[in-house]
Amino acid sequence: MKKKSFYIFINGKKIKAKKGETILEVARKNNIEIPTLCYHPDLKEKASCRICVVEIKGKNRLVTSCSTEVQEGMEILTNSRRVKKARKINLELLFSQHKEECYDCVWQNNCQLLELAKKYKVTINRFKDRKTNYPVYQFGPAIIFDSSKCIDCRNCVEICEKQGVGFLEVKETKDHHLFKVVPRKDKVCVYCGQCLIHCPAGAFEGVGEFEEIEKPLNEKNKIVVVQFAPSIRTSIGEEFGMAYGEVVTGKIAAVLKKLGFDKVFDTSVGADFTTTEESKEIVERIKSNKNLPSLTSCCPAWVRYIEYYYPEFIHNLTTVRSPQVILGGLIKTYWAEKQKINPKNIVVVSIMPCIAKKYEITRPELKIKGMKPVDYVLTTRELARLIKRKKINFKKIKPEKLDNIFGNPSGAGVIYGASGGVMESAFRTTYEILTKKTLKRIDFKPMRGMKGIKKAEIKINGKVRKIAVVNGLGNAKKLLEEIKSNPKEKYTCIEVMACPGGCIGGGGQPIPTNKEIRKKRAQSLYTIDKKKHIRKAHKNPIVEKIYKEFLEKEKSLAHSILHTSYSKKTKEKIKKLK
Amino acid sequence: MKRENIITKLKKEKLTGRSGSSFPTWLKWQLVKKEKAEKKFIICNGSEGEPGTFKDGFILQNHPNEVIEGIKIALEFLDNSTAYIYLRKDYYKRFAYKLKKLTRNLAINIVKKQGGYLSGEETAICEAIEGKVALPRPKPPYPTQKGLWGYPTLVNNVETFYWVAKIAKNEYKNQKFFSISGDIKNPGVFQLPEKWTIKKVLQETKNIPNFDFFVQAGGGAAGEILLPNQLNRQIKGIATIIVFNRKKIDLFQLMKKWNNFFLRENCDKCTPCREGAFRIAEMLQKKKLDNKTLKDLFFVLDATSLCPLGKIMVNPFKSLIENLL
Repeated sequence: MKKKSFYIFINGKKIKAKKGETILEVARKNNIEIPTLCYHPDLKEKASCRICVVEIKGKNRLVTSCSTEVQEGMEILTNSRRVKKARKINLELLFSQHKEECYDCVWQNNCQLLELAKKYKVTINRFKDRKTNYPVYQFGPAIIFDSSKCIDCRNCVEICEKQGVGFLEVKETKDHHLFKVVPRKDKVCVYCGQCLIHCPAGAFEGVGEFEEIEKPLNEKNKIVVVQFAPSIRTSIGEEFGMAYGEVVTGKIAAVLKKLGFDKVFDTSVGADFTTTEESKEIVERIKSNKNLPSLTSCCPAWVRYIEYYYPEFIHNLTTVRSPQVILGGLIKTYWAEKQKINPKNIVVVSIMPCIAKKYEITRPELKIKGMKPVDYVLTTRELARLIKRKKINFKKIKPEKLDNIFGNPSGAGVIYGASGGVMESAFRTTYEILTKKTLKRIDFKPMRGMKGIKKAEIKINGKVRKIAVVNGLGNAKKLLEEIKSNPKEKYTCIEVMACPGGCIGGGGQPIPTNKEIRKKRAQSLYTIDKKKHIRKAHKNPIVEKIYKEFLEKEKSLAHSILHTSYSKKTKEKIKKLK
Repeated sequence: MKRENIITKLKKEKLTGRSGSSFPTWLKWQLVKKEKAEKKFIICNGSEGEPGTFKDGFILQNHPNEVIEGIKIALEFLDNSTAYIYLRKDYYKRFAYKLKKLTRNLAINIVKKQGGYLSGEETAICEAIEGKVALPRPKPPYPTQKGLWGYPTLVNNVETFYWVAKIAKNEYKNQKFFSISGDIKNPGVFQLPEKWTIKKVLQETKNIPNFDFFVQAGGGAAGEILLPNQLNRQIKGIATIIVFNRKKIDLFQLMKKWNNFFLRENCDKCTPCREGAFRIAEMLQKKKLDNKTLKDLFFVLDATSLCPLGKIMVNPFKSLIENLL
């Protein structure tokens, strides 16, 4: 049904609007700026910060543009004297509960609060900070939550709930009956980092986000090898004012070399190994009809979610390691041997779109001959910060090639960064193993896109198989519950990524992140894939070579490089840093 | 009685909502009627959370049949509708049994209030009945458009339904129920002409004190402070009068009492209400009221708070400061 359209007036200008649109939506479409803080397109409008207020002719009170729908003939003022005054005072009140720590804040370069403070001539210290003594929490080796910066918009609580976790909640305190955001003792954080992405006040940050990013560069007398995840190449440009989704693979390689890393490898090559091994495992599981549906495990937040909240599904997780871990393992074994380097002298650094990856590398099961496959994880944001600190001009740097032997992935390895990419890659490979035919139609469109749960049926060898791709843990929870309540719903394979849109929407990515931005980051990954000559993981020459030369010969070592195990997790004590 | 008739009658008698908002009852009924929906809901609000107000309890105690009659008229007026009587906890305890008996064969459910003061706000009631945390929703949409489970919903006060029944029977005499309390001889609920001034109400109920006094009119938290020479007016808001002895009362204590009420009862969602109440508390603690700051806080509370609570918070402080400090 077509929605009724009519005219409204914003600041005296006649503007066409549709029934059901909010004032904010219409204004932004027409390039009329209305400031917002608690508003985030991923979430419900809570209309709580009261910064996006506007004046409507004939109404005494101001209304929030994020939550008020337009009406025919409405006359709106977005910048009247009363509006400006209200915004200024409300901002002063918001600052009174926000401890400023601007020098190390995830919003350092694009802080909305500071920008508004300048615009509305806000006296940021008009009131004494009331939260100075509020605690700082650390969630595992991944996230720090400084509640003294929280401006009570509750976006984090909503997104955590939406993620099916519900680790954060608001609780009333004895101090003037004020509510505050606190972690729940009966739940665990899975480190997806969506709280960070959705917090307008920088109350969340990655562990080491500011203090520890230079550590890998200070590893003396070591060969420092860096790898970067598929999704970084279409997101990091944003940190330097480039367009959303701009592909900057070569620039990343150049900048990493300039920073002093000895070798620059591509985690997408690791993904090709993951795909190849995982496909073998799926084929085995299909043949033996065991542990189906097979659940992907390259997302550490999802793995942790299963281990704590749904341990009954642990045996369904594929035992194949995630791309960064496999590649780290290969670097410290195969590559080290080829290069005649003592693996103990190799340091592997991963640039990841993800905070949970910081946790993943601490998992003890991953050790190979006592060595951690990966030593450091830096997020996209952290690498960008490092580049800025070292005053390297990212925009202008000349692209360079990645290093051999792990510098050239298949197209399948690159699309890992978007929701559906793992499934599509696995399909390209599994199909060929199972049918022994060449897959002609490589694109697997039903698996692409931002929809939370994507389902498809595919026919292989005459049998129809159900598969599903999920992004966002809340959706995963829905699907798991569906499977539990209806055992007849038999899926062969399910891909899950904890973050909305997959890794391109990860907790380590540049902020802001929202649906439109995620779409652009994802689209560009598919463009890279399309241009690749080799688009199937198992056809990547380095994959073929290493399997033949090494992995198929040293079976036991191969197993420890390619596979891992999982176990039920229990509650953990939440660390209070202050 | 013909269904359309009731609108004419309500319009003629100019009945307004008795929760204090004074919204024309006929208009609200018509707004819900006009909405196209497969079903509609009716909520009789018996949450009566304003301090010093106890007239709905009085009506439920003494006139439950009229209240139910009023709801029945609404049920007949709105196609395919179901009603809820939403009662604050102690009222539920006292009246639920009787009301359930009286509504046995009707599409009327009796539900217990969840939460505090704010859960008596019309959209918060919808949240509560839907089983969610009873906090106000942003408006619009108004309950008349999208209320309970997203359907058009008529929310009226207990007293309003009482008067609807009276109007239907042509027994309405333009009266309302006054809750009167404080430092007086005859506290209680009085049914008196709605046009009466506060002075007349106090005189006729033999409650004019013989000492220096002031009143809070319109609710024990939301009401404004008036001096004896300001009583030749009708009450704004809910018909509640509290009388204070000027010599006996500590004004800062009184303000602290209000402020504690707002701190306790607000939901802490919106900036002006959460931070405003906190900064007022801070000033009261120091016994130092800063006029410029207060003016600014009152401005944002009045103009930008998410629900009416922030807006009404201004009334008592502003009028007390103007009149007594």
